Amino acid sequence: MAGPLEQFEIKTLVPITVGTTDASFTNASLFMAIAVAAITVFIVGGMRGRALVPGRWQSMAELSYEFIAGMVRDNVGSKGRQYFPLIFSLFMFILFGNLLGMIPYSFTFTSHIIVTFALAAFIFVVVTLVALAKHGLHFFTYFFPQGAPLATAPLIIPIEILSYLSRPVSLSIRLFANMMAGHTMLKVFAIFTVAMGVFGFAPLAVNVALIGFEILVAVLQAYVFTILTCLYLHDAIHLH
Amino acid sequence: MRGRFLAAGLALGSVFAAAAATAAEGQSGAGLPQLDATRFAPQLIWLAITFGALYLLMSRVALPRVAEVLETRADHINDDLRRAEESRGEAEAVMQAYEKALVDARSKARAAALEASEAAKAISEERQREAGRTLQEEAVAAEGRIAEAKAAAMGNVRSVAAEVAIAATKRIGGFDVDAERGAAAVAAAMGGRA
Repeated sequence: MAGPLEQFEIKTLVPITVGTTDASFTNASLFMAIAVAAITVFIVGGMRGRALVPGRWQSMAELSYEFIAGMVRDNVGSKGRQYFPLIFSLFMFILFGNLLGMIPYSFTFTSHIIVTFALAAFIFVVVTLVALAKHGLHFFTYFFPQGAPLATAPLIIPIEILSYLSRPVSLSIRLFANMMAGHTMLKVFAIFTVAMGVFGFAPLAVNVALIGFEILVAVLQAYVFTILTCLYLHDAIHLH
Repeated sequence: MRGRFLAAGLALGSVFAAAAATAAEGQSGAGLPQLDATRFAPQLIWLAITFGALYLLMSRVALPRVAEVLETRADHINDDLRRAEESRGEAEAVMQAYEKALVDARSKARAAALEASEAAKAISEERQREAGRTLQEEAVAAEGRIAEAKAAAMGNVRSVAAEVAIAATKRIGGFDVDAERGAAAVAAAMGGRA
């Protein structure tokens, strides 16, 4: 029987090598591509009628648009308008990655630390660049809150810098750990179900509840990742 | 701005890919599949490709369509609201005109009623006055007649009194009194009273 961690294995589907670097099309790549295709079909397909009174599908597409637009408006402010496509892409990418992973025999690319870390690091770089472009060297006052006694600077500045630098780490580990733990649990209980024979209904019942819980986690973690990105962007634009 | 994001993403992706490629030479897959550094490079490369594609698709194709539909709808709703507002204004104007006409008609009716009642009053007063005058005339005429009758009656009373006095004088005194003297004596006795 397959172990609970086997589901996370990267399998090469089409071996590709660019120079000396392995750029193979893997199961992770496949599900990233499926996510992109699904998101595009979801939005473009939903809006194909451009109906004044939307149907169900169009309502869902509009709802996701307005949900993220509202999130950006409330958490970043009016200056966040230009980052909306990025935030929207990020949310949908993570959401679809998480939800596609809930389909049996599929692959969850958000359960890989390297993927979530790359996304988080990308956000970190973008946010820092935005802050530097907006405020120049004034950006570095971010690490010393206004009004704090100067004597506390040796303590506060390292703490602030550390907390700033730990953003991508916490952002990526939160998503990765949630997805990996959830999928491992599902697999463990699935193994119990098979191993316990007649009494397998108990772990099966647990799994039914877990699946519901995991769908919640899938949506929630996409939301958390996105809203934290919005808050970081807000900090970058407004500095505190 | 978009270009910068994309460039940053691609640059980041390639940096990670390079780092992963160098790290991959040291170790190979044992334990958690997530920590297998040999598989970092393809994931990072494909993440950059797919996420970049998604960003382009969303920002160039998908999101403008949604925005367009939402804008059209908002415009449509605002248009309808404006038209409804206009119609309400018109209805209010019509209502005001109607109410004004009603008030006008009411005041006109009141004025007409007042006029009519005044005219009626004037006519009735005129009639009353006429009737009063007629009655007075009649009363005056009647009084004249009464005075005449009274004078006539008084004349009769005088001659009767004179006769009675003459007769009484003859009976009592035993002498005749000339009728003319008798009458003068009676008239003198009555004084100015008749």
